[in-house]
Amino acid sequence: MELLCPAGNLASLKVALNAGADAIYLGLKDDTNARSFAGLNFTPKKLEQAVQYTKQQGKKIFLTINTFPKPGEEQRWYQAIDLAAHTGVDALIIADLSLLDYAHSHYPHLALHLSVQASATNLGALSLYKREFNIERAVLPRVLSMKQVRDLAKVTPVDLEVFAFGSLCIMAEGRCHLSSYVTGQSPNTGGSCSPAKDVRWQEVGGKRLTRLNEVLIDKSDIDDQMGYPVVCKGRYTTQENANPNYLLESPTSLNTLSLLPELAQSNVVSLKIEGRQRSPAYVEQVTRVWRQAIDTYLSDPDAYSAQAQWNQALAKVSEGQVTTLGAYERAWQ
Amino acid sequence: MKVSLGPIQYCWPKAKVIDFYQQVATSDIPLVYLGETVCSRRREIKFADYLELAQMLKASGKQVVLSTLALIEAQSEFSALKQQIDNGEFIIEANDMGAVEVAKSLKLPFVCGPTINNYNAATLKKLASWGMQRFVMPLELSEEWLEQIMVALPPAQIEVEVFGHGYMPLAHSARCFTARNKGLTKDSCKTICIDYPKGILAQTQEAQPLLRLNGIQTQSATHIDLRDQQVEMERMGVDYFRVSPSSVDALVIASNLKASQPQSSDGANGYWFKQAGFNRVV
Repeated sequence: MELLCPAGNLASLKVALNAGADAIYLGLKDDTNARSFAGLNFTPKKLEQAVQYTKQQGKKIFLTINTFPKPGEEQRWYQAIDLAAHTGVDALIIADLSLLDYAHSHYPHLALHLSVQASATNLGALSLYKREFNIERAVLPRVLSMKQVRDLAKVTPVDLEVFAFGSLCIMAEGRCHLSSYVTGQSPNTGGSCSPAKDVRWQEVGGKRLTRLNEVLIDKSDIDDQMGYPVVCKGRYTTQENANPNYLLESPTSLNTLSLLPELAQSNVVSLKIEGRQRSPAYVEQVTRVWRQAIDTYLSDPDAYSAQAQWNQALAKVSEGQVTTLGAYERAWQ
Repeated sequence: MKVSLGPIQYCWPKAKVIDFYQQVATSDIPLVYLGETVCSRRREIKFADYLELAQMLKASGKQVVLSTLALIEAQSEFSALKQQIDNGEFIIEANDMGAVEVAKSLKLPFVCGPTINNYNAATLKKLASWGMQRFVMPLELSEEWLEQIMVALPPAQIEVEVFGHGYMPLAHSARCFTARNKGLTKDSCKTICIDYPKGILAQTQEAQPLLRLNGIQTQSATHIDLRDQQVEMERMGVDYFRVSPSSVDALVIASNLKASQPQSSDGANGYWFKQAGFNRVV
């Protein structure tokens, strides 16, 4: 099982590799990737350094080109693919049909991974992408139960990668318009979910108000643990209940340490750590714990159990210091 | 530009649905989509019932398209999908790439619904080569975006439809928010969404209407309304203006749409003008 870690910059990439990542994923510093946070991601020159460093370590490096090209500007996305092919990355992570088509026809030997933004959750979708573009792997959206992952793994024509840890996206990725509905910026078109420039915190009468493009997402006590403000993790009221509640989900992170044996037995090939926007310290901490967990499992699968100190270490870097199994656990659904 | 009626996105009692489509049959709406797009646990109306309604609408002169689920997770849902697409009579609206695959392998034409990520002309041409006849523009795109796509498409190869009126489907999750709101899980939901014919309105703590919870789907609290853009859409060559039903009023709205008669509109139109979707640009 591969441990796949995020890198928002070279510092994160290096700590991830030193802490035991088998592979790194990263994006360019423009709108060809769906996590275009200010101050993060890679210029072509930095990408070259990243590839060189990763190869020296004998590890793999994947480039995400997972937004959907703007009409009239498609050339920029094609150029990103050309660049990646010439830089020698091990795989491209792509969501858009036209980009898969371009990459497959121009660089047939370059491995393609279907991005989670393509939102492929079933055998039909995976078969289509495999037959038409020979994708090698697909990243599953965080909407399947463990049983559904297991069932899909039995019939899938491609390798499966799942999210193992990190901020919990509760919607089918790539098909969520909540951010663009409130802010006008969409991950699909090269923005990010809840762009930082639209986030504003106010302290009023002993309470902290969290606003996204002036919409009140949450109201909390000053010392409450908070996650990054996204529409789906806000507190709202309904006609039946005037008490504000997390109607969709509370600020929480996905943590699947306890599912590791099941994921391994299902033949999931890669465990993805979320967080290209997070600090090198986060990347290092999470990578270290997961390296230990995977090695512990592999050395004696039958004896494996998620250790308390691992979970504690991960909780510290989790949203609201709370973790969940999310959709993998049927009861969550 | 003609008018289309999108699928009912809510869980309505069977009698109400039948009554609704009987009224559709006597309307002047030329194109009707119907079918369950949100949740396979809603069994009030079975596929056979939809097929019967589709035949009734066809007999009354409508063009009919069967809409399929937006989020296909279980293998049983994928098997059901094959049966729906291979119905021998009606084309389908694919709302997931799994449905595109089935239609393509059966060599059947299809429509791509608004939840398929069609953001550029090269993608649309590829889908057209697989049998796509028409696509509904993804909700978050703008007039300018659409116009550039349409300029780059071969004339008359692909029909274009715009989601012009109704509550916007913004996201789909594994979790059922309606059940959760009632303290139930998805597996014990008792199809509680039947009690909420327009979803559950969620407001911010400043009483700003924001979202509408509809089972696993999250909708906009405010309806999109692009009725005053019809002349513009006509000029661009948009083929269909979609009205998404939330009540029988939708039929009145759809029947009154005439591009030649400029209409005022309310509701949200931000996406069309490259802004946040909930904005109203005047």
